[in-house]
Amino acid sequence: MSRRFTPKVVTANDLIEGDVVYLSSNDVWVRELHRAELIDDEAHADLRLLHAQGQPGIVVGAYLADAKAGPNGPEPVHFRETFRATGPSNYAHGKQEVSPHRA
Amino acid sequence: MYTYTEFDDAFVRERVAQFRGQVERRIDGSLTEDEFRPLRLMNGLYLQLHAYMLRVAIPYGTLNGAQMRQLAYIAERWDRGYGHFTTRQNIQYNWPKLSDVPDMLSALADVGMHAIQTSGNTIRNVTADHFAGAAADEIEDPRPVAELLRQWSTDHPEFQFLPRKFKIAITGSPNDRAVTRAHDIGLRMVRNDAGEPGFEVIVGGGLGRTPMIGKTVRDFLPKADLLPYVEAILSVYNTLGRRDNKYKARIKITVHETGIEAIREMVEARFAELRPEFTGADQEVLAGIEAQFAAPEWAKVSAAPFEAAYTNDPLFRSFADTNLAAHRNPDYAIVSVSLKAHGATPGDATADQMRTLADLAERYGHDELRISHEQNVILPHVPKGHLPAVHAALKAAGLATANIGLASDIIACPGMDYCALATARSIPIAQEIATRVDELKLEHDIGALKIKISGCINACGHHHVGHIGILGLDRAGVENYQITLGGDGTETASIGERAGPGFSADEIVPAIERLITGYLDLRNSPDETFLAAYRRLGAEPFKAILYPQEKEKARAA
Ligand code: SF4
Repeated sequence: MSRRFTPKVVTANDLIEGDVVYLSSNDVWVRELHRAELIDDEAHADLRLLHAQGQPGIVVGAYLADAKAGPNGPEPVHFRETFRATGPSNYAHGKQEVSPHRA
Repeated sequence: MYTYTEFDDAFVRERVAQFRGQVERRIDGSLTEDEFRPLRLMNGLYLQLHAYMLRVAIPYGTLNGAQMRQLAYIAERWDRGYGHFTTRQNIQYNWPKLSDVPDMLSALADVGMHAIQTSGNTIRNVTADHFAGAAADEIEDPRPVAELLRQWSTDHPEFQFLPRKFKIAITGSPNDRAVTRAHDIGLRMVRNDAGEPGFEVIVGGGLGRTPMIGKTVRDFLPKADLLPYVEAILSVYNTLGRRDNKYKARIKITVHETGIEAIREMVEARFAELRPEFTGADQEVLAGIEAQFAAPEWAKVSAAPFEAAYTNDPLFRSFADTNLAAHRNPDYAIVSVSLKAHGATPGDATADQMRTLADLAERYGHDELRISHEQNVILPHVPKGHLPAVHAALKAAGLATANIGLASDIIACPGMDYCALATARSIPIAQEIATRVDELKLEHDIGALKIKISGCINACGHHHVGHIGILGLDRAGVENYQITLGGDGTETASIGERAGPGFSADEIVPAIERLITGYLDLRNSPDETFLAAYRRLGAEPFKAILYPQEKEKARAA
């Protein structure tokens, strides 16, 4: 029996800025995890990942990260993804400071 | 001052131009990420958790005011106004944009600096004591020998394909500030019975996944024998080193598996063969390098302002007692500038702070600055009479924290706040410990204490050699912190021992607090340091402090 599929988001780093981005359902790369597309279906997840990997001029290192549904959209499951979503925790900078091009 | 010429200006400019072209081709799509990745890594550009990171080399941790000022300029112009000094004596920029990096590299080249990373299984950077050329306890400045080793090993045909990368550290003082026992080869300068300078040669140290303290292969090696001896070690390693398994390929495993006696025999035999081939040309080169590293011309400055400030200004006195080290010239002092203000990120300096340091070096310190592997900045040559002025300027820049060598002078690797390899955070733990220690107002009473934190098993935070080491791990999706006790990175080196089960992110700071306040009750006098008390008493009383529940349970049972 195959492992049960857990919900995912497609995430990567922006090619120029290097910051964390997520793939939304309407094919836009967004900076906020809660605006990402939460994917429940394994086959669909693979398709979306392929779609992301086909955009090397926009993003680097696309992968599927575990996420769960929250009231405002997807939320991280693992703490690494929590930090990727919010930026460094030592003091407010990076993401918390500016979001130069909110999509 | 010596101008380090690992790569000459033309070569560095050429590399910048090449990289500019590569970045353009990556952005326009003609290079794939797989093709581009090794090229950017060679130029010190990493993709981290939240952004790119540019790592800039600071050879021997030595730089001048103009270079520091340029680092400040780069931070402001292309990054977020600060830089992070690391345990590898380099500076990292945490937020460069890919398209800006060629301009940053070009600005570095303007002051003779670069981000070129040596890679591959060769002899890597030779590191030296950050007090080199200044320390009172120093026999000789080790940097000329370090530079000789570097020049000799670069392009040495026999050593381009070693089993694994190879790192050498050197100190000119019997007191080891360069962690020589945690390197593939460590060289510690000592005198023999006749008073002649030479080296204790140590092999097979290293941290990381399999930490090992290096073993002495030769107690005393005359200086003139250094190159043939190091070559003999490398040649033995080249023959015995395991190429079948990356995790077993470092010389520490070779030494561990073969035994130091057998290694010594082989090295000495090989040395006997090689020695006659070295007929003195290397010593001529060394003499040339030494001339370039000659000490500055010492100034005569009245020490009266120092005496006055020391008597009248308690803040200055505390700073002087904690942050100064003895200089080879009794009219001078070595100033360690702490980048560990309580609650701040260890090793971070703002552009303004970098400029203050550059100004101070130029004005009062023979234009010399050093970066220590403990993530602090050193003004190696300051006349005592100038110290009150230096202290006042540091204070105004938020750089006068008097905590060098104390509980809040914590080494912390970037951990999961920046590093893509991390398994847990390390910086916030350091911030919280330092903040708590400051609230307790105990650190001067506690005295010498080295707390070192790594965010994964790679051990960039040197936690194995911390008196208290903290290793952040991911245990089933939760940050978990393992404590090691009794580590030491000096000439009396030892690897810390695991204290017991790890602590959660919420529990780790109270656990450290228990440990350091508990130590105050365990020491037999205020002069007995944490490490000395640990060595005298063993782990048990410290474990009892760390795990009081266990004791309760044992009593109940
Ligand atoms: S120890 Fe691990 S987490 Fe820390 S900087 Fe090194 S690789 Fe990154």
